[in-house]
Amino acid sequence: MIWVDTIVQGVLLGGLYALFAAGLSLVFGVMRLVNLAHGDLIVLGAFLILVIVSALGLNPFLAALVALPVMFCLGWGLQFVVLNRTLGDDILPPLLVTFGLSIVIQNALLEGFSADSRRISVGGLEAASVSLGPIAVGVMPLLTFLSAVAVIIALNALFYRTALGRAFRATSDDPVTAGLMGVDPKRLFATATGIAMIVVTIAALYLGTRSNFDPTIGPARLIYAFEAVIIGGLGSFWGTLAGGVIIGVAQTMGAAINPEWQILSGHVAFLLVLLFRPRGLFPRAND
Amino acid sequence: MQPVLDISAVNKRFGALTVADAVTFSLAPGEALGIIGPNGAGKSTLFNLITGNLQVDGGRIVFDGTDVTNAPPMQRCLMGIGRTFQIPQPFVKLTVFENLLVAGTFGSRKLEAEVAARCGDILIQTGLIGRANVPAGQLSLLERKRLELARALATNPKVLLLDEIAGGLTEGECAALVGTIRDIHASGISIIWIEHVLHALNSVVERLLVLDFGKVIGMGRPNDIMASKAVREIYLGLDV
Repeated sequence: MIWVDTIVQGVLLGGLYALFAAGLSLVFGVMRLVNLAHGDLIVLGAFLILVIVSALGLNPFLAALVALPVMFCLGWGLQFVVLNRTLGDDILPPLLVTFGLSIVIQNALLEGFSADSRRISVGGLEAASVSLGPIAVGVMPLLTFLSAVAVIIALNALFYRTALGRAFRATSDDPVTAGLMGVDPKRLFATATGIAMIVVTIAALYLGTRSNFDPTIGPARLIYAFEAVIIGGLGSFWGTLAGGVIIGVAQTMGAAINPEWQILSGHVAFLLVLLFRPRGLFPRAND
Repeated sequence: MQPVLDISAVNKRFGALTVADAVTFSLAPGEALGIIGPNGAGKSTLFNLITGNLQVDGGRIVFDGTDVTNAPPMQRCLMGIGRTFQIPQPFVKLTVFENLLVAGTFGSRKLEAEVAARCGDILIQTGLIGRANVPAGQLSLLERKRLELARALATNPKVLLLDEIAGGLTEGECAALVGTIRDIHASGISIIWIEHVLHALNSVVERLLVLDFGKVIGMGRPNDIMASKAVREIYLGLDV
């Protein structure tokens, strides 16, 4: 029974990693941009929610709702003003610029909020649990996982059922030809990053409410996000969720054997997938 | 009558290589103009200059009375310049119908629901309706060429630029495609067509323009052009 419990906890933890990864997956899928500041943007989102909670006294979920449009605009502007200039045949400029951005965000947060560890309180919800058959699961982990599933469903619907999504896919295929069809790639990319920042905000809400955070933890979240995206196969949203779940389960299983093995076993699972399925579990046919 | 497209003294150089040398011509509304010339004469480059994928070094491009010399490709598409590529460049992961939807929606700034029916009509017109829900990456060469045409039509162009659309097709396929292009021309869309398959070209166009080393070396009725000595020497490489 203990193993069933371990696996369920791992799956729910995987939801958090999938949320970290979904925004990264979206941006990479649309414009082949690897955003090394992704983890720091999640931390930035968590601080923004924290500020809204303490300034307005709002419930963290409402605060996240307030933060959504702010983060969308931030992402839109960041892409339109900065990152669009880095896109081209050379893959190095976007890596360097987002790496620099990562350092800037970390240091700005350190300056503004100090290195103290913070947490966003959700009242009694942290300790609340529901029983699913024989096992009890926390309400927050369950909400995290359900949010991750909802985000993946929403992104899939956006990509495959809307005009905007078709333009995303067309531009990802061939931005020059898409331009000849009347698509403005620069604005489209800005919108994609804006949407990615909405996902980042949702990830930030759960990051901030479920564990302590400080300005320096972004890069570690980026690693988990990367691993989830690559395990799942580039460009597949459901694959990203599966990737998150695999890392989550590996971590809780490792921790059940020896608490020191939690982080290590997540990385080992990633290495094993790379070894046997280097293109990930659900690669898209043409990538 | 005001020309729908007016190219005057357009120049373009790639380093020491001149690919457009004072190119000047205009296209009347509803006209079909053919462009011929040896490989490397600057034919596709001329299309890239007209669509805005390349910037001219000098000269003016006026479309429908508006100077578009410095307009970005997206804006020229919205104004009504559609093109097909010599090597078909479909959005391979989208279905055939989705390819048209993107072009229709963004090429005319309308909602998908408003353009869907028209996209369906274009699929019927171009003979692709049976392949509407197939990913474009799975199409044959002929179907890809048809998709190039269909997708350009979906942007609702006033002028259609066709780049060697008949190249690589069998006789039968070519004849069917020419039939489709005739229909499009008959519907009032102006056409500029670059082609090496001369009998296909000459069965549609009213005028031929000959390009060599970026220079216009002849322009006129297809029969006169094909008979002219300069064209036979330079383009066909015949010693006459």
